[in-house]
Order: sequence, then C-alpha cells, then structure tokens
Amino acid sequence: MSVEIKTTSVEPIRNTYSAIARRFGDKPATRYQEASFDLAATTNFHYRPLWDPKRTLNDPTRTALRMEDWYSVTDPRQFFYGAYVGNRAKMQEAAESSFAFCDKRNLLTRLPEETQKQLLRLLVPFRHVALGANMNNSKIAGDSTATTVSQMHMFAATDHLGMGQYLTRIALLLDGSTGTALDESKTYWMDDELWQPLRKLVEGTLVIDDWFEITLVQNVLLDGLMYPLVYDRMDAWFGEQGAETVSMLTEFHRDWYKESLRWTNAMIKTVVAESDSNREQVQSWIDQWEPMVYEALKPIAQATTGLDVLDELRAELSVRLKKVGLQSTGVQA
Amino acid sequence: MASKNKKLNLKDKYQYLTRDMAWEPTYEKHEDIYPDESFEGIKIINWDQWEDPFRLTMDTYWKYQAEKEKKLYAIFDAFAQNNGQQNITDARYVNALKLFLSGISPVEYAAYQGYARVGRQFSGAGARVACQMQAIDELRHAQTQQHAMSHYNKHFNGLHDASYQHDRVWFLSVPKSFFDDARSAGPFEFLTAISFSFEYVLTNLLFVPFMSGAAYNGDMATVTFGFSAQSDEARHMTLGLEVIKFILEQHEDNVPIIQKWIDKWFWRGFRLLSLVGMMMDYMLPNKVMSWAEAWEMYYEQSGGALFKDLERYGIRPPKYQDVANAAKNHSSHQTWATFYQYSQATNFHTWMPQEEEMAWLSEKYPETFDKYYRDRFEHWDKEQKEGNRFYNNTLPQLCQVCQIPTIMTEKDDPTVFSHRQIKHEGERYHFCSDGCCDIFKNEPEKYIQAWMPVHQIYQGNCGGADVATVVEKYYHIVPGVDNMEYIGSPDHQRWLDIKGLKPLSASRDKTAAA
Repeated sequence: MSVEIKTTSVEPIRNTYSAIARRFGDKPATRYQEASFDLAATTNFHYRPLWDPKRTLNDPTRTALRMEDWYSVTDPRQFFYGAYVGNRAKMQEAAESSFAFCDKRNLLTRLPEETQKQLLRLLVPFRHVALGANMNNSKIAGDSTATTVSQMHMFAATDHLGMGQYLTRIALLLDGSTGTALDESKTYWMDDELWQPLRKLVEGTLVIDDWFEITLVQNVLLDGLMYPLVYDRMDAWFGEQGAETVSMLTEFHRDWYKESLRWTNAMIKTVVAESDSNREQVQSWIDQWEPMVYEALKPIAQATTGLDVLDELRAELSVRLKKVGLQSTGVQA
Repeated sequence: MASKNKKLNLKDKYQYLTRDMAWEPTYEKHEDIYPDESFEGIKIINWDQWEDPFRLTMDTYWKYQAEKEKKLYAIFDAFAQNNGQQNITDARYVNALKLFLSGISPVEYAAYQGYARVGRQFSGAGARVACQMQAIDELRHAQTQQHAMSHYNKHFNGLHDASYQHDRVWFLSVPKSFFDDARSAGPFEFLTAISFSFEYVLTNLLFVPFMSGAAYNGDMATVTFGFSAQSDEARHMTLGLEVIKFILEQHEDNVPIIQKWIDKWFWRGFRLLSLVGMMMDYMLPNKVMSWAEAWEMYYEQSGGALFKDLERYGIRPPKYQDVANAAKNHSSHQTWATFYQYSQATNFHTWMPQEEEMAWLSEKYPETFDKYYRDRFEHWDKEQKEGNRFYNNTLPQLCQVCQIPTIMTEKDDPTVFSHRQIKHEGERYHFCSDGCCDIFKNEPEKYIQAWMPVHQIYQGNCGGADVATVVEKYYHIVPGVDNMEYIGSPDHQRWLDIKGLKPLSASRDKTAAA
C-alpha cells in the first residue's frame, strides 16, 4: 500500500526560461539545462580587449574551428556546479580514508629507501604536469564561448589542481611533512634527463594560442597516453617493485580518467562531425602533436614498464581517435 | 627516508600544495607564457611575497561546497513543491528579482569568465589558484541563481529571457558595459576593479540589499542562496584586500596607477549601484533600510576606515567621493522616476509608491524627499488615477561612460543636471558627471567604442524603426505583459487571484506607450 500526500498544484504560465524553451521546447527543463545553455553574453560587446585588440570579448574565433552552435557540445555527465562538487566530494572522501590509512599504518615510510626514491623520481613529478594541465584548462574556460564547453574545462582545471595535490601529499607522507621529498622530487623534474622531453612538451602547451588545439593536446593526446601509462601500467609496475600500497593513493586518478573519457570523447566526436574543415584541422594538430607526446613519455616508459607498453597504449589511443574519423600513429603496434 | 627537518607549518604546507607545483620555465620564455603581465605598467618584483588570502586545497573545497549545495538544493526543491512564491509580501517584490536575474546574474557569469582568464594570466601560482577558485565560485553563483529564480519564472513575467536581454536592453548596458570594461582591461586592473573595488569596497551595497530584501519579503529561495554564498563572498573579499596590498607593496611606481584605477572603479561601481538604490527604496514592499542609510554604513563608515588604513601606502580616498556621499539623498528617487517613465521598455514593472511608503521616504530623506520628489510623484499618481499614466516617449541622452541616462544632478543644486560634454577627435561626447568625464579623458579610445543602446536604436541596429518594435522583437519583452505599469498588469491580476482578492474593477493603466 502506498501513501500519497495531497498537495495543491498551481498552474504555471511557462515551464522554463525562453532560451531553454527555444532549444528544448516549453516543458520542465533539467537543472543541467537551465544552468548550462545560453548563459554567456554573445553580442554587443562594448570595448575591445586591451590584451587582444584583434578580437572581441567572448569571441568564437579564439579557435580556428567553426561550429554552427558550440552549445551542441554537451556533457554526458550533466555536470553543472552542484553536480560536479557533489561527485568530487564523494571521490575525495574515499581518497581521504586511503591517505589516513597509509599514514596511520606507515605504509609508505615502511618501504625500502630505494622504492621511496623511485616514487619521488617516477611518480611525484607528475604533479608538475598536473599544474600545466590546470593552467591550460583555466585558459580554455576563459576563452571558449559556450557555457557547456567552458564549464567542463573549469572543472578539469580544478580537478588537475586536486590531483597534483594528492601527488604532493604522497611525498609529504614520505618525508613526514617536512617538504624535503618534494624538493628532491622537483630536482628530477627540473634536471633529470628522463623528464626533460615531457617538461619541454608541457611548457610548449603553455604558449599555444588556439584553445581547441590546447584541449586536444592536453586533454586528449597527453592525458590519453599518460593516464593509462602512469596510473594503470606503471601502477602495476610499482606493485612489482614492492610499492603496491601507493595504488591506494592514486585511485582518484584512475576513477577521474575513466570519467573524463566520457566528455572528451563526446566533445571530439561532435566537433569533428560538424564539418570536413574541422576534421582536417584537428587531424593536422594530431599529426603535429601526437608524436611529440609519445616522445615525451618514452623515457619514462623505458625506465619503468618498457617501451612496448607505451606502444600498446598508443595503439589504443589510435583506436579511440579512429572511432571519430581521425588517424594517429600506433595502429600497427 | 624520515627526515630530521622541521615539520611544515600550515602556511608553508599550503605553499607546497599550490605554488611549489609551478616552476621557472627553461624551454619557453617566461614572457611568452605570461604575455599580459607587463603592459599595464604594474611592476611585480617578487610573486613569492604574495600572501595566500585563504588556504583551501581542492579536497576541502569540494567537501565544503558540496555540503552547501546539498542544503541549498533541498530548500529550492521544498520551495517549489510548496509554491513558496505565494508567501512573498506582494508581487511587486518580484520586480526586484527581474532586475537581479537580468542585471546581476549575467555579471556573475562574466566574473566567472574574467577570473578564469586571470587564473591563467598571472605568473604567481598562488594568485592563480585563488583566482581560479573565485572563477568556479562565480560559476556557482550564476548557476544557482538560475535555479533559485526558476520557479519564479514559471509564475511571474519578465524573468524569462535574462541573459539574452542583458546583451540588448537599454538599461542593462549599465551592468554589461561595467563588466566588459573590466574584462577588456589587463589582469591587474581587472583585479583592482572587481576583487577590490567591487567585491571588497562595494559588495555590501549590492549583496546585502538584495538578500536582506528577500529575507524581509518572504522570499525563501533567494535568501537561502544569499546565506549559502556568504562564505564564498568572505573569501572573495579577502582576495580583494590581499591583491591591493600586494600590488602596492611591490613597487612605488604602482601607487599612482592603482590610485587611478580606484578612482575609476569607485565611480563606475557607484553609478552601477544607482539601480540597487532604487530597488531598495522602491521595489521592496517591506523596507530593510533606506539607500542613504546603507550608503552611510557600508561606504562612508566601512569604506572610510579602509581608505584610512590604505593611507600608509600613499593611497587617498576615491576622487569625487564627496559627490557620491551627497548623492545618497537623491539617486534612488531620480532613478525610480526615470524607470517609471520608461517602463514601456523594461522587463519589469514600475508604480507610484503608496501613501505609507511616501511617508517612509519623507522620514528617511527629511532634507530632500518632500522638497524635490514628493510633488512629482503625487502629480504622476493623480494623472495615473485619471487614466493618464505617464510614459515618456522620447528616448533619453545616455552618459558615454556609465550609460545611465544623464539624470544625475549637481552636488549643490538638485534641480540642475550635472551634464558635461567634450569634443574628442572632432566628435562630441556627453556625460552624466565629472566622474564619468574624467574616466573618458583617461581612455577615450576605449569609451568611443561603446555600444550605446539609444544610439543603436536610432542607427537602426535594433530590429525596428520604433521603440515598440524594438522592445517586442529585439528585446523579447512581451508588450503589456512584461513591461509597463504594475497596477493592472498580468502579474498583479494573478497575485490578486492567488490571495483571493477581487481584481480592481478596471485597469488604472489605459495609456499605452507609443
């Protein structure tokens, strides 16, 4: 038997905002829709930016790609602010208990000195890559015009900051919160040959102007090879070195990457399907950047999992791109 | 690997968790990565001296913000389910929300975009993180405001196309051009304008009137947003103060540049607040406090103490502060009178204050209301009751800088407009005041670009040759529904139905605007 409370209902004069009704019809809209469509200013801007006088504020020509409507790029996760922080609050809770557990049981400081060094040399420096990703995504959030596109990049920017902070905390667990391990780890990033191709690549992404080129290189090509390499394959390799406990501390990164594939795939698919010229432009960026991304990760793979693992992942990335009509090196592997 | 070094204190630990992730580049040039940091003339000697205005790591940010969001949306849901829009004092109140959603929410979004950009432009990683957190907070505000207003939009008119109207409607170019000005400026000016002048000096004059107004008028949805955003705003204020102190301490050459920006953005902010002043004094059926009292408390007293504190950096209070202080007794009346006669072209209604409201205004404005404004309002009220509700069918002259009609008066004589004009490169430009005229003179090449709504109508760029067509077709303001007089409007009728009161026998509003 069910119990139903009677409530008074009042007839509304409309069901949603006009901009939402123009897109989806006059019917009750979702929270995602009312928060994400047509919020940004589109016209009648008053002054040209002093930092870019050739273009206007909210100018769709900040990328070479053209879309009839950038709002056709949507988020399959339906993240608006509230849904985003709600989801991440749950993820951080799990991470928190893992960090607390490792700390309490001294699971990291108990590792052999040599293994600890490996973590500082081969894992913790990825926090610098995370900072570059944070900067790149913040730029895209400021440059892209449609809210559906911009907000996904803002969320990615804060995610990368958070993930860099988790890597930082691994070193803080190792050095007893003194910062000495972080200093050591950063010297590898700055000086160790192993890291220089990747550091050069990251610095190179920070001077790209076209925001879609940045999201492609950062969120699809670099993350697309790096996350499976570091948090899946190198994670297993660390296990073989006796450092399996560190796996508990990078669960956030694995969950995050799996989820990020959903919006990056949807975005690429929509943009490439729009026109041949978009597809050709994206393809030329892939031709330029994909080999550089591969080269940048090569020394790290060679020092850990072996190069064949990276080749395998490169082939997987290639399959992923092929699904949306793009090509990259790696199919033969 | 246990180290004998000392454990990090909170401050150093936070720096390891933020700015230590950054590094000095060697493969690209610093100035290619951060190309926008020098053109404004601001000199930063050492970003390491940046004091973090707050120390939130992402995990704590997600955690605290998620808790706030959960509570907020539970209340939004309950508000909608119980038709909380029926519990407000009077449907006239909703006009304040129409002004809020079309004037303020879009600038929350513009702030999001602006902070995302400066969250990339600065080479100090500590400052970048602080700006990015403000960016995502502003996205939160823009989005939760859509959700807070969503239910009102279903039951009242004028809220249905806010962002679209923000780009087009004449009076909305006041907030739009304010934020366009800040966003088209360099990163240091943006922060001085928005974080310091707006979010720190003037925030209580924007945020408090709307949120307390909601509390005094039975609007649970809006006041809940206000409560929820309070701790965000506290962070934003801290950033504003830290920014200004940091820039001033970095180099003495920064002082005159900052002073010029403080002068400019105080004045622009003060002009923008004219809209809030009239909202407070006229649109809230239950009054919170008068605009004059708010200005005294939040600007003259708090602002006075702040600028006293900044004296040691060589900063003086904003120029024309005396004019602004004197205007507190006039500006809300002048602004409401303007909107009253032009509400054929607004997305909200206007009306003449009732007897007891006029008595309240006389009490709150003993020197000015009865002397300058009561007669005019009583005259209009009489005309309206006789079926001649006044609409002004001639479009007003706009100020080239703030874009408000040039309705403001001389400091020493409230019967004379403080109109100013100058010639620049053979063209004539008009201003509402010396404050706006000075801003123009400092950057004429910027302000000659302004998209002035009245001029654009006359140039034929707004989809129609007459105001009625522009309003309906270009503004998406539904004639006779969203605009004009409140008495007799569909909102009014609906409210009387809800309250079980009989509609007035005939609409008092017979006069249609041209």
